Amino acid sequence: MHDKTVAELSRDLAEGHVSSVQLTEHFLDRIQEHDGHLNCFITLDGDQALNRAREADERRKQGNATPWTGVPFAHKDIFCTEGVLTTCGSKMLANFSPPYNATVAQRFLDAGAICLGKTNMDEFAMGSSTESSYFGATTNPWGSNRVPGGSSGGSAASVAARLVPAATGTDTGGSIRQPAAMCGITGLKPTYGRVSRYGMIAFASSLDQGGTMARTAEDNAMMLNVMAGFDPRDSTSINREVPDYTASLNEPLAGLKIGLPREYFTEQLSPAMDRVVREAIREYEALGATVKDISLPHADLAIAAYYVIAPAEASANLSRFDGVRYGYRCENPEDLLDMYTRTRAEGFGREVKRRILVGTYALSAGYFDAYYLKAQKVRRLIQQDFIEAFKDVDVIMSPTTPSPAFVQGEKTDDPVTMYLEDIFTISTNLAGLPALSLPAGLVDNLPVGLQIIGDYFAEARLLNAAHQFQQATDWHRLAPK
Amino acid sequence: MAISRLEIEKVALLARIRVDETQVTALEKDLGNILGLVDQLQAADTSQTEPMAHPLDAVQRLRPDTITEISQRDAFQAIAPSTEDGLYLVPRVIE
Amino acid sequence: MQWETVIGLEIHAQLATMTKIFSGTSTAYGAEPNTQASAVDLAMPGTLPVANEQAFRYAVMFGLAVDAEIARRSVFERKNYFYPDLPKGYQTTQLEKPIVGPGHVDIELEDGTKKRVRIHHAHLEEDAGKSLHEDYHGMTGIDLNRAGTPLIEIVTEPDMRTAEEAVIFARKLHGIVTSLGICDGDMSQGSMRFDVNVSVRPAGQEAFGTRTETKNLNSFRFMEQCIHQEVERQIDLLMDGVAIIQETRLYDGESNRSRSMRTKEEANDYRYFPCPDLLPVVIDEDFIEDARRKLPELPDARKKRFQAEYGLSEYDASQLSNNAQMAWLFEETVRHGKDAKLAANWLLGELSARLNSEDRNILDCPVTGAQLGALILRISDGTLSSTGARKIFDALWVSDDASVDALIEAKGLTQVSDTAALERIVDDVLANMGDQIAQYQEADEKKRKKLMGGFMGPLMKASNGQGNPKLFNEILRKKLDQ
Repeated sequence: MHDKTVAELSRDLAEGHVSSVQLTEHFLDRIQEHDGHLNCFITLDGDQALNRAREADERRKQGNATPWTGVPFAHKDIFCTEGVLTTCGSKMLANFSPPYNATVAQRFLDAGAICLGKTNMDEFAMGSSTESSYFGATTNPWGSNRVPGGSSGGSAASVAARLVPAATGTDTGGSIRQPAAMCGITGLKPTYGRVSRYGMIAFASSLDQGGTMARTAEDNAMMLNVMAGFDPRDSTSINREVPDYTASLNEPLAGLKIGLPREYFTEQLSPAMDRVVREAIREYEALGATVKDISLPHADLAIAAYYVIAPAEASANLSRFDGVRYGYRCENPEDLLDMYTRTRAEGFGREVKRRILVGTYALSAGYFDAYYLKAQKVRRLIQQDFIEAFKDVDVIMSPTTPSPAFVQGEKTDDPVTMYLEDIFTISTNLAGLPALSLPAGLVDNLPVGLQIIGDYFAEARLLNAAHQFQQATDWHRLAPK
Repeated sequence: MAISRLEIEKVALLARIRVDETQVTALEKDLGNILGLVDQLQAADTSQTEPMAHPLDAVQRLRPDTITEISQRDAFQAIAPSTEDGLYLVPRVIE
Repeated sequence: MQWETVIGLEIHAQLATMTKIFSGTSTAYGAEPNTQASAVDLAMPGTLPVANEQAFRYAVMFGLAVDAEIARRSVFERKNYFYPDLPKGYQTTQLEKPIVGPGHVDIELEDGTKKRVRIHHAHLEEDAGKSLHEDYHGMTGIDLNRAGTPLIEIVTEPDMRTAEEAVIFARKLHGIVTSLGICDGDMSQGSMRFDVNVSVRPAGQEAFGTRTETKNLNSFRFMEQCIHQEVERQIDLLMDGVAIIQETRLYDGESNRSRSMRTKEEANDYRYFPCPDLLPVVIDEDFIEDARRKLPELPDARKKRFQAEYGLSEYDASQLSNNAQMAWLFEETVRHGKDAKLAANWLLGELSARLNSEDRNILDCPVTGAQLGALILRISDGTLSSTGARKIFDALWVSDDASVDALIEAKGLTQVSDTAALERIVDDVLANMGDQIAQYQEADEKKRKKLMGGFMGPLMKASNGQGNPKLFNEILRKKLDQ
C-alpha cells in the first residue's frame, strides 16, 4: 500500500478499496517502525490524524470528497499548524504551538488531506543537509550515513522511505530540489508568489517559496493543485488563474526546446554525474525534444549574491524571536539586554547565528552599498540571463546537485563548502523562476536528480516534462533498501 | 574580506546575540570565509543595473480598511513566556 | 551677543483609519491591553503584512493639502532595532521613497506677517506598542494594542525662528489634519506627537548650530516651554564655551525640565533596507483625483468663508477656523443660536478660557453646539442677562444633556423686563443713594456716563441679577436726568 502514489491512493479511496482510516493507520505504523533511525519527523499527530481520517471517510460517503480527501501526507515543520507544535527545527520554537494555520496548511485541511505530522528540517531552513536541526539529523534512507539533503530533508526522506506518499517543502535556495534529488524523489519549487507564504516561517522573504515533494510528477501536480493560488494575506502572492496541473501531464514533448547552460556543465561536475544527466537528456531527445547549448553568464555569481541577500533578509526576519511574546526565553535574565542576547544566543543554533551576523554586517552602515545593493544588482543580472535564455528555449536542464548525497558530518565544519551544494539551484530563487528536480539515475547506488527550470508560471510545463520522462523511465520507482 | 573581532562584537550586539571569546575566534574564521565568498560580487559590472528587491515586477495590493481580526489574547498569551494582567512582561525597561 | 534660534519639527500623527496599517485589527483607543493585537501585530512566526488603502488615501490627502508632490511609487523599508514594544524587531517605515514629497504650509504670525514653512516630506509608518513602567515585580508590562497603528510622520525644514512661530505652525498643522479628518488630533492620547529639533547660532551666521531633538511633546504649551528652555540651555552652554552635543532629549512638562536620553550601548545603526514582504506601492492619477475630491474645506478657505458668511473679524475668523472641532462647534452654535458674533465671543471667550483652565481638549468639550446656540438665543431675546448666561453656562458645563430653557426655569434666571416692576426697584434703590444722585446731577455729560455704573451694581443686586440691564439703564437715566 505504501508503494502507491497519491494518484493511486486517491483512486483506491474513490473506488472504496481502502478507507482513509486504514491508510492513516498503515502509514502511522510505518512511521513507528522506521522513523526511529531515520528521524524524519519532529512531531507526530497520530490521534488528530485518525480523527480527521474518520471525518474524511464520512465526507466521502456524503459525496463531497476532493482527490485529496483522506490521503495522508506530512508538512515540513516550517508551516504553522494550529494547535500542533511548529518548531522550524529550532530550540527557539521547541515549545511553539501556533494558534493559527498557514494558508498552505489550511488549504490541505479544506481539501480533506490527512496531515500525519511535521517533518524535520535544517533550523529555520538554513542548511543543505538537515543536520542543523535542533531535533537531530535526518538520515537518508538510501544510505545509513548519508545526509538526505536539506533543508526539507525530513520531507524528502519520509517520502523516499514510503512513510508518507507526499510532503510539503519550502525552497529558498534549493531546499526542495536538492533533498528531492538526494532522496530520489520529485520536488517542485513553484514561481515566487504562486504559493502563499502566510504562516510559512520566513527565512528570506524574497526567495522563500513553498512547494511540493512526492515520488511522481503527477503527485506533485496534485499537490500544487491544492497549494497554488492567490492569498489576500500575502502581499507577494500573485493573483493569477491556477490551472489544473494534472490536465496537461500527458501532452507530448515533441518540439520541446531544452537549453543546457554551459556554466552548469563544467569539469567540476564528476564524470559519473555528467553521464547520468546527459543520459536523461538523451531520453528527452528520444521523446521528441531538441537540445541546445545556452549561456547564463552570471551563473557563477549566484552563490555570492544569495549569501548576501538571504542572510540580510533573515537577519531582520529572525529579529522577532526575542523571548517576549512566544518561544524560548533564557532563564533568569538580569536585564533587558541580557534577555535578548542570551535568549538569542541559546535559542538559535550555530548556522542560524552565522547567517544573522553576516546579514547584519551586510546591511550595516558602510557596507550596505558594497554588499546588499551590489547583490541586488547582480540579482538582476542573473534574472536577465534567464530572460534572455527563455527567448530561445522552453526549459533549461541541469544536474540538481554537484554530487549525490554526501556523508553526514562531512561539511558541517565548513559553511562555505555546504553553501556550494546549492550551486545549481540558487539562481532560480534569485530570479523567482519555477524549477523541479526528478530522479534521473544512480551514482554509487545513490539517486541523482535532473533539474528542469521553467519560465515564470510554467509549472504545468515542468510537470508535463517530468511526467513524460517518468512514463518512459523507472528511476522514480526505485526504492531505497 | 576579513572581519575583525571588534566588528564581530559590534555586529553581534546589533543582532542581540551574545558571543563569548571562543565563539568570536570561530566566527572570525567562518564569517571571513563567507565574506570571502561573497566578495566575488565585486567583480561584476553593475554600473548600468538597477537593484532588484523582488523577483517579480509586481506592485503592492492595498487592503480595504475593514476590521477582520477579533481578540485572541488568551490563545496568544497562553504561549507567551511571561504575562500578567494581559501584558507581556519583560525585564525592566529604562528610558 | 545676539542669538538666532532655528527650529524644525517632526510630527507623528496617528491616522484615523479603522484598522492598522498592515492588519485588519481595530485601532480604537482605550481597549484592554493586547486585545487589539492580532497575530500579525504580534509578529507571530509566518505572519505577513498587507498595506491599508485608507492610510494611503489619508497620506495623499495630506500631501494635497500642503501642496506637496505625491510619490507615484513609494517603498516601505525596515528600520531594524530591538525594543520590547516593537514586535518584529524592525519598524516598517518609508525612507528613500516616501509617499509625500516636498510641500509647504503658510502661517500668519501675531504681528500679521505671513511666513512659509516648508515640508521636507511626509511618510507612512507603523506605531510601536506601549511600555508600562508600573512595577510588575520589577518587570515592565508591554501592551501592543497601539503597535501597527498607522502614522504619518511629517518632517519640516528648519524654517521656524521662535517658539511662538513653531507653536503657530503646529496649531496650523493640527488644524489641517483634523480638518482633513485624517487624524483626531487628540494630543493627550498621543494621536499627535511633536519632536522638536532646536539649534542656536549667532545672529547673522549662515551655518546652523548643532541641534538637539526633544521627543514626544504632547501639548502646544509644553512645546513652547520646551523650546524656550532648550534655547536658554544651549545659549548658556555656548556662552560658557561648551559645545552642544547632538543628542535626543526627553522633556518633562510638569517640571519644565529636559534631560539627555540614556546613551545607548552602541551607536544606532538601523540597517534600513526595502521590506521584502511588501511591494512598491504605485499610486495612479485616479487615486489622487479621488483623494482630491474627498478633500474637505481647509482652515485657510474656512477662515475666508467665516469672514464673508458670518461677518467675523479676521482675527475671530482665524481663531475659529483653524481647529476643525472648534469650527464645527461654532457653526453648530450659529445654526441654533443665529447671532454669529455673539457665538464667536462665547466660543473664543468663556468656552476657550474654561477649556484652557481645565487643560481640556476641544474634543471633550462638555457643551454642545445646540446648547450653546440655545443659550445665545436666550441672550439675544433678552431672556438672560450676561450674569444669568454665565450661570447657565456653568450649569451646562457640569451637567449632561441639560436644556437651557429648563435650567433658566429651574434657577429662576429669567430676566425681568417688566417696566413697572423695574421702576419700583429703581425707586427703592435711589431712595438710599441721595449723595450719589447729587454727585451725578452736578457732573457733566461725560462724567455722568461713568457714574451710571455706580447705580447699576446695586440695581442688579436688588433684582437678584434678573433685571434687564438695558431697561434699568433707560429707567435710571430718565429718573436721574429729571
